[in-house]
Amino acid sequence: MAATAYIEELGEKSLLPPGTTFNDVTESVARVTETKAPRGWWMLFLPSVALLGVMVACIGYLLSMGVGVWGNNAPNYWAWDITNFVWWIGIGHAGTLISAILFLFRQNWRTSINRFAEAMTVFAVLCAGIFPALHTGRPWFDYYLFPIPNQMAIWPNFKSPLMWDVFAVSTYLTISVIFWFVGLIPDFATLRDRSKSLLRRRIYGFFALGWRSSHRHWQHYERAYLIFAAISTPLVLSVHSVVSFDFATSVIPGWHTTIFPPYFVAGAVFSGFALVLTLMLITRTVFGMENLITIKHLDLMNKFMLATGMMVGYAYAMEFYIAWYSGNPYESWVFMHNRLGFGMLDSDGNWGPLWWSYWAMVSCNVLAPQIFWFKKMRTNIPVMFIVTIFINIGMWFERFVIIVTSLYRDFIPGSWGPFEATWIDILLYMGTFGLFMTLFLLFIRWIPMIAIAEVKMTLPHAHPHPEDDHHQPAAAAVAPAE
Amino acid sequence: MQIFPRQLNYLPLVLAVAAFTAGGAITFVFWFYFSPKNLQVGYAPEQPVPYSHRLHAGELGIDCRYCHANVEQSAYSMVPPTQTCMGCHAVVHPESARLAPVRESWATGDPIEWVRIHQLPDHSYFNHSAHLYGAKAVYEDGSEVRVAVGCTSCHGRIDQMEVVAIAEPIAMGWCLECHRNPGPNLRPVEEITNMAWEPDEEWVSHQEDHARAVNPPEHCNGCHR
Repeated sequence: MAATAYIEELGEKSLLPPGTTFNDVTESVARVTETKAPRGWWMLFLPSVALLGVMVACIGYLLSMGVGVWGNNAPNYWAWDITNFVWWIGIGHAGTLISAILFLFRQNWRTSINRFAEAMTVFAVLCAGIFPALHTGRPWFDYYLFPIPNQMAIWPNFKSPLMWDVFAVSTYLTISVIFWFVGLIPDFATLRDRSKSLLRRRIYGFFALGWRSSHRHWQHYERAYLIFAAISTPLVLSVHSVVSFDFATSVIPGWHTTIFPPYFVAGAVFSGFALVLTLMLITRTVFGMENLITIKHLDLMNKFMLATGMMVGYAYAMEFYIAWYSGNPYESWVFMHNRLGFGMLDSDGNWGPLWWSYWAMVSCNVLAPQIFWFKKMRTNIPVMFIVTIFINIGMWFERFVIIVTSLYRDFIPGSWGPFEATWIDILLYMGTFGLFMTLFLLFIRWIPMIAIAEVKMTLPHAHPHPEDDHHQPAAAAVAPAE
Repeated sequence: MQIFPRQLNYLPLVLAVAAFTAGGAITFVFWFYFSPKNLQVGYAPEQPVPYSHRLHAGELGIDCRYCHANVEQSAYSMVPPTQTCMGCHAVVHPESARLAPVRESWATGDPIEWVRIHQLPDHSYFNHSAHLYGAKAVYEDGSEVRVAVGCTSCHGRIDQMEVVAIAEPIAMGWCLECHRNPGPNLRPVEEITNMAWEPDEEWVSHQEDHARAVNPPEHCNGCHR
């Protein structure tokens, strides 16, 4: 991976504890897939499968009854479904950022967490896809969204940002899966070579695609990895930008905003890091990975959350500034009344009834991460666990606030309407956690959850004998024989 | 150590060929067998009375609107009541065995249960009068002509059918084909029931004027109201 060793002169230190050997890395990662699952794994897996069952039941109920089982109704045509979609898509962005952008920037600390985050990207996108697919109302006609020649002689409307969404998200899923798989090939080969039974050897051997770790293999592999990193990098920015266009290209006050694309991307990375960290803290403890995912990694991730949390906070503030500066009374109304919840009473003499969702969002997303200014807090595992949970909740509320508090009271008071979630809304959202966690737990059980080969490259002995003659400048090297 | 037999090297090739073949087969099945052309055209159910359009509309030359009255002024094309049949058959072949169900309906007052052949789904709105009433096309020289869609454009040569069958794939793509380019299917409003009408060169040269006059909707709401 063209990994560079740490530079002592710059005060950099080894990422992993000194004395970590190649074998330590292989052992601690591969062992998870070769031994019986610890009790902690089962304690998470069984409830996850149960939740997955809830999801399947909810979808079955929805298909038999129609989307009316959700709380969506005029004027709130978008509610929990789109909130959940945007939330899950956002979760995925941490994986792409870590695997692509941090790779291109040669951030070696990514090696301990990238596999993990990439897997989450794939699973999160799968969860996200469920919501818009059901939201169409008649999911069996979802193929209308794709440009398939058909006998109705109609074609998707490419002027609609909802169509851009279809392509942004499906591209994202495809590239994420391929990128994830390419990175896994050498590790699958490691598992294959360690396997004792023929079946296991064949299964891992199938996925290892005949990897023999030859020079030529590595050369092709590294080139392929670099290319996929380059393809994925724009996706970090484009996917959530396109998702934000669903809102920004409309005329609804609170949606019609040019700040949305960067604001959504920052929020996506923010929420993605939070969920990666939440799950990593659990996995790290359950499988004893403290030597590979060190406090230093966690510290760096917390810094990321602090930075992206501030960006999101800036966007929140800027929305208010623009609402005032634009002089648009509808825009001001949405922000002062619907979101902050004060300023104007409605006809019943009530404040905006969803004011609490805005304040939940601000306290979780802007206030909670401020604790990470202190190194002591950045390296305190219980604190960061709690903060990541807050951020996960806050980022869900962000999407809820954007969607519902913009829609439920817009231009004409006559078309206002309250929103109330139904049980199916809630259970289906919970159920997607079941899908996500089931896939995730199967992943950490059967697939190397840390990139073995990449972590090894960051170890000092991956850069052999630096004082050696072979590594002197060309002038000092022995001239080749005539 | 080999963990896979050597022949497995062909697996990618085999999979690629299989995927290509399967994809092609599935596409063909949908494109050919699931097409409205295959599913609809030729549907000719048996009717309670062996009524021959070939005889009545073809040989005898009765105008369509003698039985399907006011079709050019109403949304629906009515199926004639027993009274229309008896208007002639009270005196023409009054004893014919093949007309027994008609006389029975006449005596009891129970309508004949004709089987409907052309039936659009409920989610598509169709209005016969919109297609047949005629729109005024103005030529460059200022002369005017009223243009409409002829019966044959959708129903085929009814005057040659012993038993009426669906002649065209009455489906969305087929409707849109004409809505996007109506010119070739328009004729003078006086000729709508003329089964044998053919456009002359002069008529064809004015197709664009005719199309502009009818200006059919192409948006969803045109038919899905």
